[in-house]
Amino acid sequence: MSQQAQQQMSPREERGMQQQQAARSREWVMQPPVDIHENGTGITLVADMPGVSKDRLEVEVENDVLTIEGEVSIPMPEEMKALYADLRSKRYRRSFTLSRELDLDQIRATMKDGVLTLHIPKRAEFQPRRIQVNVN
Amino acid sequence: MWGMNLLESDLFSEFDRMRREMDQIFGAGGTPAAGIRSAAAGAFPPVNVGASPERFDVYVFAPGMDPGSLDVSMQNHLLTVAGQRSAETPEGVQSYRRERFDGEFRRVITLPEDADPDRVEARYQDGVVHIQVQRRESSRPRRIEVH
Repeated sequence: MSQQAQQQMSPREERGMQQQQAARSREWVMQPPVDIHENGTGITLVADMPGVSKDRLEVEVENDVLTIEGEVSIPMPEEMKALYADLRSKRYRRSFTLSRELDLDQIRATMKDGVLTLHIPKRAEFQPRRIQVNVN
Repeated sequence: MWGMNLLESDLFSEFDRMRREMDQIFGAGGTPAAGIRSAAAGAFPPVNVGASPERFDVYVFAPGMDPGSLDVSMQNHLLTVAGQRSAETPEGVQSYRRERFDGEFRRVITLPEDADPDRVEARYQDGVVHIQVQRRESSRPRRIEVH
């Protein structure tokens, strides 16, 4: 992939996210860890969001910013008191800036066992083409 | 955005409050008197433990596991959860970020003494191993009838 594509996609924690966080600053939000890789057809993003079911997941694209967000829902008995906690929030959120060659209308998302997989294809004109070499 | 379950939300704020208190007491850099079996902050998988009058609920946040590869065992009041998770990058791709845990893990959780090792149930849902350990009858608060 071209260097340019890498720089544009290289997902930084964006201004958009900071603004969103400021708006809801009273709530602690966790950043899910992600793997991101790219091949000729597009970019795949895999995010760990344990405890989030399909119906409590939101994937949103606004102004080229992709935001994944989910809420943890686990069965808990009444009268439960916390003895120990590594996870101290029930909300995950993270945003990435997308680049122009990605087809935002064709994003495919699957959620399985708390792992979100997003495939973001490149527009057809940006997919690598095999050039026929004619030899006379 | 979502319907809020008040109980759940209260419990998480309880987890949060407790964590902040612990951070204040011990400093976020690690406790001088951490449990001998406790894991470093940020270790995979994160664990939450709750207690109610009848049982302990342990939540192990280990997404993307094959439930068959999970090993949950209990000896006395020590609960061990072990497993292996692979987060391999497919071949022939350019990788930009690899933050997800890849490999074997083992976490030992010290439960209070009244945890009953003979009555433990575990299930896996949405990437969370939920283990319920019943408390021994004798230690439950008992209601005394007044005649």
